[in-house]
Amino acid sequence: MQSLRPRPVESGLRTHETYQLNSDLLTVDHVTKVYSTGGVLGRTTFAAINNVSFSLQAARPEILAIIGESGSGKTTLARIILNMIAPTSGTITFRGTDLSRIHGRRGRLEFMSHVQPIFQNPFEAFNPLKRVDRYLFASARRFVGLRGRAAHEAAADRALKQVGLSLGEVKGRFPHELSGGQLQRTSIARALVSSPALIVADEPVSMVDASLRMSIVNLFKSLRDELKVSIIYITHDLATAYYISDRVMIMQKGKVVETGPARDVLSNPQHPYTALLRESVLSSDDADRR
Amino acid sequence: MEAALLVENLRAYYLMRYFGIVREVRAVDDISIEVQRNEIYGLAGESSSGKTTFIKTIAAAIRPPLKVASGRIKYGFLDRDIYDLSPEALSAIRWKHLSYITQGSMNVLNPIRRVRQSFLDFAFRHIIRSKREFFKIVDGHLARLHLAPSVLSAYPHELSGGMRQRVAIALATICRPEFIIADEPTTALDVVVQKSVLRMIREAQQEFGSSMIFVTHDLTVHANIADRLGIMYAGRIVEEAPTREIFHNPMHPYTAHLVASLPRIGDATLKKALSGAPPSLADPPGGCRFHPRCPLAMDICRQVHPALTTLAANHRVACYAASPLVKPGAELAPAPGGIRAANP
Repeated sequence: MQSLRPRPVESGLRTHETYQLNSDLLTVDHVTKVYSTGGVLGRTTFAAINNVSFSLQAARPEILAIIGESGSGKTTLARIILNMIAPTSGTITFRGTDLSRIHGRRGRLEFMSHVQPIFQNPFEAFNPLKRVDRYLFASARRFVGLRGRAAHEAAADRALKQVGLSLGEVKGRFPHELSGGQLQRTSIARALVSSPALIVADEPVSMVDASLRMSIVNLFKSLRDELKVSIIYITHDLATAYYISDRVMIMQKGKVVETGPARDVLSNPQHPYTALLRESVLSSDDADRR
Repeated sequence: MEAALLVENLRAYYLMRYFGIVREVRAVDDISIEVQRNEIYGLAGESSSGKTTFIKTIAAAIRPPLKVASGRIKYGFLDRDIYDLSPEALSAIRWKHLSYITQGSMNVLNPIRRVRQSFLDFAFRHIIRSKREFFKIVDGHLARLHLAPSVLSAYPHELSGGMRQRVAIALATICRPEFIIADEPTTALDVVVQKSVLRMIREAQQEFGSSMIFVTHDLTVHANIADRLGIMYAGRIVEEAPTREIFHNPMHPYTAHLVASLPRIGDATLKKALSGAPPSLADPPGGCRFHPRCPLAMDICRQVHPALTTLAANHRVACYAASPLVKPGAELAPAPGGIRAANP
């Protein structure tokens, strides 16, 4: 169980030999990340993540919203879950495999095919000089191990159809030729090429226009319900978190202050910080109160 | 009573020349609005709807390739059109009578000088006093806005984002300007900070009796601050009404969609999303620019664009489906004499 065996890339098939399907999808166990600044003298340390634990069940796909202000450690937590940075202490287990034991290119690619990110700003996520379809083809080649143009295009088209686009609309286009909504859908499609079990979305709608925002948010709902993908939805927007998520986790200064079912926590906050966030949410009803 | 700002038939185009081919991007196309004294006029629109171009044109901050094709902009504090001013006269009224609060407050404050220096840079030449008297005025102003005098000796990086935005507001209001333009001032802020910054903007505006144009794409922010709202879509204003009216009785299908799709806590019913995407301003659809996405589109919508028509008291709408009273708009050619430059 400890070593990840290289998967047979040549066959183009994914194996789950080393990842156990019956265990929890993701377990974050007492994770702490400490950053330190300064030299040998006058060193100051700062805990970006302080003793965070939670888990996602494999049997029941869900949307977990992680809510907090900037500086609360949400993005650091996302990076740790994506195995981009290592925690200072604590363990993260994905389908029974400790992330710190993943080594080598093949092991990393195999892990990345199961856990995929979606970034905040679709205009920055894509290289402006590169056609966006290249990202989809590269994902099909690296994560799924497909060979040949036709196979890449078929995989890209299937993923794009899942987000309400098609390859015809995207093929050969540069990022500036697509609208923000289309680009964000394309970046979601890119994440879906390898049929991941978990998607980590860091503020995915904050840069998307108002009239397109709901289409992206509704898309996350359908990914959960139809493709059975679990989603970690990182946001500071309580209203969309209430709308789509099953569970919420409120973070303040690296600590989890409140967690529970989304409707309960946001309608009836127990922790004073959650109550403060809840109070601060602007609503269209405020127009009547003035 | 005289309006604080009167904009008449404003058209501002980006003129691009590629290998002899001229392309116009009609970013602001025939906008007429009136902002009353002591009023906060909210301007809502998505990215690339022309909000920022509109702000630039009314502040007379026009640089090629942006050109003003036609239109008149009249401020209450000026006896003539802002475009008739010389560059010197323009910089004399800026900050003193007309000031702006921008989105990234970090871009306003000089990162390597203390905040005190920014106050000197921006306002000293408008308040001609000795330095000691000047800082007395600054201290009094900060106290009125509930800011500690210690922020003056801080560097911008020592302040949090919310504090920097408050300092930027204090800077923008130090000369008690008649008119303030606020461009997405709370977009980069967290929810908790956003609410207190909005309260501060409102207090400052009431204290100094300024009029204001407040631009943001976020309708819930408008619900909290704006007295009247104009909704922009693809370079045109499609609906304008008092804020309450916009939320309770939206008449344009685009506004109705925006209001209906706002997620709110306590309501998890499925919200419908609008199909399609906002059009490119370089090649907008003919007729009403919203018709390709509109659920109510009729034949006439594809041919002639609807004029912004007053349908109720204070409520203007540009939509044939909203009411049969809406008149077709005239497709005017640019004003005779060609396109005029920023400063004659």
